[in-house]
Amino acid sequence: MRRTLAFLLATAAAPALAEMPPGVSHFTLGNGLEAVVIEDHRAPVVVQMLWYKIGSADEVPGKSGLAHYLEHLMFKGTEKLDAGELSKTVTANGGMDNAFTSYDFTTYFQRIASDRLDLVMGMEADRMANLRIGEDDWQAERQVVLEERAQRTDSDPRALFAEERSAVQFYNHPYGRPVIGWRGEMEALTREDALKWYEDHYAPNVAVLVVAGDVTADEVRALAEKHYGPIPPKPDAPRDARPQEPEQRAERRMTMTDPRVPQPVLTRSVIVPERNPGDQKTAAALTVLAELLGGSPQTSFLGQRLVLTGQALGVGAWYDGLSVDPTTFAVTMAYAPGTDDAAAEAALDAAIRDFLAQGPDPAHLERVKTQLRAARIYERDSAHGRAYDYGQGLAVGLTVGDVNDWPDILAAVTPEDVRAAAELALGGRAGVTSLLKPAAPGEAAMVQAAAGAGEAAPVALTGEATGGPAPAMGDAAGAAPADPQALGGSTPAVVPDVPSPAATAPAAPVPADTPHPAQPAPASPAASVAPLADPAQDPAPEQTR
Amino acid sequence: MIRSFLSALALVLFAALPARAIDIQEVTSPGGITAWLVEDDSIPFVALEIAFKGGASVDAPDKRGAINLMTALLEEGAGDRDAVAFAQAMEELAASAGFDVSDDAVSISFRALTENRDRAADLLADALTRPRFDADAIERVRAQVQSSIRAQDSDPQGIASKEMARRAWGDHPYGSVISGTEGSVAALTRDDLLAAKDRVLARDRVLVSAAGDIDAEALGMLIDRILGGLPAQATAPLPPKADLKLTGETVVIDWDSPQTVVSFAQPGLPMDHPDYFAAFVLNHILGGGGFSSRLMEEIREKRGLTYGVGTGLSNMVLGETWAGGMATANDRTGEAVALVREVWGAMREGVTEQELHDAKTYLTGEYPLRFDGNRRIAGILSGMQLMGMPRDYVNTRNQKIEAVTAEDVERVAREVLDPGKLEFVLVGRPEGIEASGS
Repeated sequence: MRRTLAFLLATAAAPALAEMPPGVSHFTLGNGLEAVVIEDHRAPVVVQMLWYKIGSADEVPGKSGLAHYLEHLMFKGTEKLDAGELSKTVTANGGMDNAFTSYDFTTYFQRIASDRLDLVMGMEADRMANLRIGEDDWQAERQVVLEERAQRTDSDPRALFAEERSAVQFYNHPYGRPVIGWRGEMEALTREDALKWYEDHYAPNVAVLVVAGDVTADEVRALAEKHYGPIPPKPDAPRDARPQEPEQRAERRMTMTDPRVPQPVLTRSVIVPERNPGDQKTAAALTVLAELLGGSPQTSFLGQRLVLTGQALGVGAWYDGLSVDPTTFAVTMAYAPGTDDAAAEAALDAAIRDFLAQGPDPAHLERVKTQLRAARIYERDSAHGRAYDYGQGLAVGLTVGDVNDWPDILAAVTPEDVRAAAELALGGRAGVTSLLKPAAPGEAAMVQAAAGAGEAAPVALTGEATGGPAPAMGDAAGAAPADPQALGGSTPAVVPDVPSPAATAPAAPVPADTPHPAQPAPASPAASVAPLADPAQDPAPEQTR
Repeated sequence: MIRSFLSALALVLFAALPARAIDIQEVTSPGGITAWLVEDDSIPFVALEIAFKGGASVDAPDKRGAINLMTALLEEGAGDRDAVAFAQAMEELAASAGFDVSDDAVSISFRALTENRDRAADLLADALTRPRFDADAIERVRAQVQSSIRAQDSDPQGIASKEMARRAWGDHPYGSVISGTEGSVAALTRDDLLAAKDRVLARDRVLVSAAGDIDAEALGMLIDRILGGLPAQATAPLPPKADLKLTGETVVIDWDSPQTVVSFAQPGLPMDHPDYFAAFVLNHILGGGGFSSRLMEEIREKRGLTYGVGTGLSNMVLGETWAGGMATANDRTGEAVALVREVWGAMREGVTEQELHDAKTYLTGEYPLRFDGNRRIAGILSGMQLMGMPRDYVNTRNQKIEAVTAEDVERVAREVLDPGKLEFVLVGRPEGIEASGS
């Protein structure tokens, strides 16, 4: 193994000068559309993703939920396509399509046989310029997004709590507002709001096209020229700078109780830097820090201190540097009901203090790096996953070079870098300490204060459940586990946790055509329980169509 | 007019699409264990899926949850290594082994770089043949399992699935939660875990599937390396077929939430039934087709009553249903449920040629897209073996879908789909619902 490491290190010796990986290419059309092509010829499949560099954090106050609402309305037709026809056409051609919205971007994608790329690219380009929203459609769709909010947020105390935590975390930055929107504001969104959003922000010069699969760069370039090339850019389409956070001085604490919460979850979250073009070193150290602190229950620092000693049921450390503006770093701890809350928090504090004093275990850091190197091999198994890496990176303002450099920058993180990152994230700067607890039986749900921060996506090596592209709709075999590849440069922070309405529907079953035994149909009337669901994990913040 | 243009295009393209045949080799190890393999050396790693038939359903009757807890403990120390040393050793090799359990199988998803393959296999062999079940690990994982049981019991979807399973399968193992109850898990001892392991982890129950950078000979050696130390035979018999007990009742479980989670089911069809593929196509049109299904059209697209509604043929090894689900605002649940029944019944009047055509092009076109990665392929092979499908299924399945006619679909709808047989479990505070069961 040492020999191998040396070999891999030799190929990755000079940070910030990584070459384009084999099979990956990049070009920009005359109208400003940036494109990345990732070739993988193992199966006759292609994924087209179109990322718009506009998201919920670009909404004006009072219109929360607009970016996501428009994303839904983008399926309501164009001059050429009837409402719903795009999805119907994709489906009738054996493909699946969906879309998702996050704070910083709005993304549309199709997964289809590679000889259909022309078809889906034609339709995607069509709706970049020619959206039509019918009188009847916009109201029914507003009801759909309200039901989406009801299902994914209002019915889930963890989601409600995370939403309020974000509002407390960010005084001034729009990351404090939920992507799905506050219910009262969603109810007031109109067709005119949506069309103005579309007119202002949908244009080739703020879009990133990523095509991955059984295609060549030349084919993709020719098709992109044909379909997207004629669409004129809009000079005013790029997002404006957002209101930034002032210096935060006050520590904040919040508690919510809810009878639907199975056990207490304590979270400590603080605002930290994100990945920036040419400047990803701090983010890399924070990424490694999250893995060292919360990566595996058996080997992570907090796992050994709190889980192995029986003080916690689960721990986590979350950081996602793929954002436009400063983001959050969080540590969480779930513990048994009945545990003294103050004692649990004291145990977490003591563990953090010790980590700050001791710094990382060099052997552990070395193992993390070994896995990072391996992740670069494993991640090649999923072209769709790699499409996320490039798409999300470019959508938040990084360059292709930055995305390519990321694994090397991660590999270069030193123990001193980790200590500095730990001081930055955990060294006592003003943050939010939030506790979501079960209500005693019979006790009414009660919000004592508001809370919420969890836009950090889990660091990837921690869980099979993070990564990866949306599974094929309604299909057990399509839902094979995604690669844990975040540290390899890629946790899709925006992986739709609920990729399709079919999968979303509670208890919606999956056809058993070639089932995957490790992924039992969610709705098969068998009362399975995942043996070890991560009790410390917040729901993902992004919204899927 | 655009529509017909696109459809025509689809027809032409499909006629021209060369389906790439998937070559599944059958490999027999020197020790006599057979495996399925799709070889592809383009990335230097192998993905292995190991499934032990029976799964949690071979729990001893009074030890519910033992196999689930045992499975969760396989990665918590084995041989000379305690939980920490075992996890560190896997990390040093950059390998991973995920242990999972369902009603039908205990499954291991293993992945290792070619250069570390044998050493990682030795670790996995230890986990399967020499697990330690250390006292501290048992207590720790027991608490985690109990936590996940509480989580399911405080989740409306979890409550709905549990109740539907109980109503569907009664006393059969499918009718109860694989993780057991907080109480049954509390009572499990280390001896129970050792017994549970012998009930399910044995060479006569194992199904092996591999994809990636390995040839047949090396796979044979690898399999024996991992599984050779297991007992030849499991100590518990496989459970009998499960009789479906649904009676078409509607039950409401009170839950304080703005939405009602709706779960519904009626009898399904086994995968070897001559009408299975007609039912499969029918289901796609009814509720399996993502945004395009009839249920989505009526309930989401036209009326905005739900974020998503879906149905599926839910086939397990020992029983099957035709099931679906959605979540909808409490005050409009009655309307949404009535629409489910209405659309369900209307299928009996048949489907249009366009619907049939679109369903077939989707189902046949989507299938090859799944085989686009070693891990996905290994998973698919494992599912096929578990359901007893032949190796050539992957290359004949689309022909069976193509052969389905509109008459088949209509006949199967009349014979099988029956809104009167639909059992509904509603968790929430639904309005406009007449409960018939309890």
